[in-house]
Amino acid sequence: MKKRFTLAMGIAASALLGAAPASAQGKSITLCWAAWDPANALVELSKDFTAKTGIAMKFEFVPWPNFADRMLNELNSKGKLCDLMIGDSQWIGGSAENKHYVKLNDFFAKEGIKIGDFLPTTVDAYSTWPKGTQNYYALPAMGDAMGWTYRKDWFGRADLQAEFRKKHGRDLAPPKTWTELQEVAQFFQGRDIDGKKVFGVAIPTERGSEGITMGATSALYAHGFRYENPTRPYQMQGFVNSLDAIAGLEAYKALFKCCTPPGYTNGYMQEGLDAFKSGQVAMQMNWFAFFPGLFKDPAVGGDRIGFFVNPSQKTEGSTLGGQGISVVSYSANQAEALAYIKWFADAEVQKKWWSLGGYSCHKSVLNDPNFPNTAPFAADFLKAMGNVKDFWQEPSYAQLLQATQRRLHDYVVADKGTAKEALDSLVQDWTKVFKEDGKN
Amino acid sequence: MTSHTDPAGLVSLPEGHQRASLPRVQTGLSDRAIAWLFIGPTMALLLAINLFPLLWTIFLSFTNYRANRPNAPLWNVGFDHYVAILTDPDIWLRMQATAHFVFWTIALQTVIGFGLAYLVDRKFRGHGFWTTLILVPMMLSPAVVGNFWTFLYQPQIGLFNYVVGFFGGIAPGSFQMLGDVTLSPWAIIIVDTWMWTPYVMLICLAGLRSIPDYIYEAAEVDRASNIRQFVSITLPMCMPFIMLAILFRGIENFKMFDMVNLLTAGGPGSTTELASITLKRAAFEAWRTGYSSAFAIILFVAVFGLANIYVKTLNKVKAR
Amino acid sequence: MSAANSAHSVVEPSGYAKLIASCLVALYAVISLVPLVWIGLTSVKSSTDSISYPPKVIPYVDFQPSIEGYCNLFSTRSRQTTEYIQSLPAPQGACESIARSRGMVVVGPSNYVPRYINSLIIAFGSTFLSIALGTAAAYAFSRFKVPLKDDLLFFILSTRMMPPIAVAIPIYLMYRELGLSDTRLGMILLYTSVNVSLAVWLLKGFIDEIPREYEEAAMIDGYTRLQAFRKVVLPQAVTGIVATAIFCLIFAWNEYAFAVLLTSGAAQTAPPFIPIIIGEGGQDWPAVAAGTVLFLVPILVFTVLLRQHLLRGITFGAVRK
Repeated sequence: MKKRFTLAMGIAASALLGAAPASAQGKSITLCWAAWDPANALVELSKDFTAKTGIAMKFEFVPWPNFADRMLNELNSKGKLCDLMIGDSQWIGGSAENKHYVKLNDFFAKEGIKIGDFLPTTVDAYSTWPKGTQNYYALPAMGDAMGWTYRKDWFGRADLQAEFRKKHGRDLAPPKTWTELQEVAQFFQGRDIDGKKVFGVAIPTERGSEGITMGATSALYAHGFRYENPTRPYQMQGFVNSLDAIAGLEAYKALFKCCTPPGYTNGYMQEGLDAFKSGQVAMQMNWFAFFPGLFKDPAVGGDRIGFFVNPSQKTEGSTLGGQGISVVSYSANQAEALAYIKWFADAEVQKKWWSLGGYSCHKSVLNDPNFPNTAPFAADFLKAMGNVKDFWQEPSYAQLLQATQRRLHDYVVADKGTAKEALDSLVQDWTKVFKEDGKN
Repeated sequence: MTSHTDPAGLVSLPEGHQRASLPRVQTGLSDRAIAWLFIGPTMALLLAINLFPLLWTIFLSFTNYRANRPNAPLWNVGFDHYVAILTDPDIWLRMQATAHFVFWTIALQTVIGFGLAYLVDRKFRGHGFWTTLILVPMMLSPAVVGNFWTFLYQPQIGLFNYVVGFFGGIAPGSFQMLGDVTLSPWAIIIVDTWMWTPYVMLICLAGLRSIPDYIYEAAEVDRASNIRQFVSITLPMCMPFIMLAILFRGIENFKMFDMVNLLTAGGPGSTTELASITLKRAAFEAWRTGYSSAFAIILFVAVFGLANIYVKTLNKVKAR
Repeated sequence: MSAANSAHSVVEPSGYAKLIASCLVALYAVISLVPLVWIGLTSVKSSTDSISYPPKVIPYVDFQPSIEGYCNLFSTRSRQTTEYIQSLPAPQGACESIARSRGMVVVGPSNYVPRYINSLIIAFGSTFLSIALGTAAAYAFSRFKVPLKDDLLFFILSTRMMPPIAVAIPIYLMYRELGLSDTRLGMILLYTSVNVSLAVWLLKGFIDEIPREYEEAAMIDGYTRLQAFRKVVLPQAVTGIVATAIFCLIFAWNEYAFAVLLTSGAAQTAPPFIPIIIGEGGQDWPAVAAGTVLFLVPILVFTVLLRQHLLRGITFGAVRK
């Protein structure tokens, strides 16, 4: 009945709009991802797939600020737009529980795809739900973490070196700790370089999606923040708002207050790139995914750019990004989509993926002894992937994230309350969400 | 310009010349059938796409339903969502932000809009041309406008800061319209006022044109001063129109979502998070469908109630 | 101004008052147009010029106009190595040359054109439907005894008081079940339902103005009610219909909230698309500005051509209640 109604509507619609249904000129599948540098690399890589199988590829890339909203909306409305989805790591819980993604275990077994070929941290983070079990809903597609870029040319200037050494008694070098980071950023803030006023850092402060959370957790992890009691899941009191966590959040706010460009109150990936590429800032926190593009940048790339892993303080920790590739269960072209995944899992394809600027998670790529030499940020990437931590991947992650965005932005940008109050409130918010889900 | 019709024709005439009963010589559908044929499709569409969803929203507001977990067990939570929302101090802060926005946009738009209409009604040469130019901002998409103003408000490179800095003699980078807790509520008011003052102007202009000339002529004969004429004729006779403009803008801005969401995303912190932004986050990001349905109903009742009270007042003003 | 109105010299403002008024109005118009002019200027800047400080204002003096924004609006590009670009045959057309000079190649068209076409179909389709339904209903409400007339009219009006996000929740669920998510038909029906309330109210005002005697005379001459409606009432109501259509079109053309929540690809209109045009570093402001300019064109043309109806349109329905 429903089908017939839809059909009638469809006929009415095409009659009304003169829109003929797409004629089937060979098979084509649509891959959905965020609009960013690696997506361009994937377009390039996928040409080989089309050449090999004759299946044409279409792409739907959505800019990050809208990516989660739009794609989760698409999945929740059982949309058929995407056959393949490179969805964010936090979506895996909800997408697995609501069967948006096809479970891939049988397929892996049938096609002889060994999930063990991929780095275990990435498999846990991008593919499994419940986390760490052997239920696979994605193949690790793109490893990613928060890292840092800096202006190597500015750091290398003799006069600046001398001045910095006089002030802090050490070389002006990529910071190893958050304390050093603050000092270096402060050192550059407001400084005149080549007749232009420059600033210390560009760090994520975006309010609308996930920006400030991804930025501030980089400070929090390094200071020893934990999401929950390791022995008692979902017990957050004393972990989320521990003294270490408070110190971490205060450090992030101090860095924001002292050393960002004026008006940098709602910046994330693109704004960070913008500030760095236009020569406004000495350092930038951003995803490793952008580093190949930055390295190639005519204005700030090459010798002018350097990279470093997120500084430690009490401990090492980097904020995890990255995505797995999944087959959407509402897709009408599942066979072709699976063929793509099979092709993508191949070691040779993975090697080319890395060479084009995509962060492969394949062991044959990452464990190659020569890997750290393949790019100036490769060694830092390996190091970061060794200590990554991810935000909640629960089905309610969006609610948890919303609360985090709000509490952090209120404290860091809008100057409301103290770090302790912000984190205390966050524990309350999160507890409430988990309670509604029956988890506590 | 084309000659406009009798301005008095704009004022409402009392309903209904009585229908003359005529001999029915024609054939065809009966009037009753035509009435239903003509009203039916509209009512059907509104029932399907407005009333039915409203009832559904009411139903959902009493459940724990989440649109992203269609298979989860559904249960009745009674008035829990309503209680949670109405006792949540955060929600009241959002309502305050909304009220601040609605109040100031209406105040500014009414004053400027009426002033402009009054000036345009001086019927100087080329007033039609200038009026058309003034109308352009309201034809833009609010979302596109909100997005573009983030560019104009950028402290370093934005035109707004540059111009204010230039005329105010301060450094453009010394203030941030969007990042500052005290300035950001005004940033959204400025954009909305820029965009919608023309609309208020149009309504006020209609009001001014509706005042029959003979009233002024009579005042002229009585040698009433211009100020007196303005206070005792222009303003009172225009009042129903001004109040209508306030009603329309009030309803629209109470629902404001697109422009502000793209301009500030509710930030900094939650300073400019208007009610509709909170609603969108609850409904389409957190997917708390039941909870957000309750919030939607509360907002609807608030708009509906306020609009009703207002319309009653309006009718009293008109009756004078 | 017609001869009949020229006798009002006594209320005609003095020349002095007119001068001051014209100056003030022109001043406001100029100030309020600055952001629009800025959008236009930005659309013909290169991306470097668009974010320069202090802002570059005068074309050919401060900056060289460039079609880069329009190129970027209509194309997608990908960054390539210098060797690869050098290995390609000479660039075809200005856009390809600009892309090459930025170290990129054009890989295909962008989604702007399909989104724009969706906007055209959905906005004009829903406007047409709103006017058709609205005229019929308005005529019926104006001429016939309809039970519960006032209640129905108020119900029709009240549908506009719901915040769009609130309506979007159940619509989203309903469309998901009916398969209307992300379809043009779904969006046309939705926009029509929003606009039809306005259309009924405005058009009822206009039709009330048309004397019944006209139709009644026609019916005595042997017209049926429907013929009288078509041949007598409709031509008289043209002004009202046009004014109403402008308002319906402005709404449907610019609507964002429903579009962003209920469409993702196939039926997405331009307003959700324009703000998310990003370049390689940050928002591609020239391309965003170019998209905005082109998006403004149809509505502007429509409005300027039909501007004299606008004032009447905004007032009629309004004054009647």
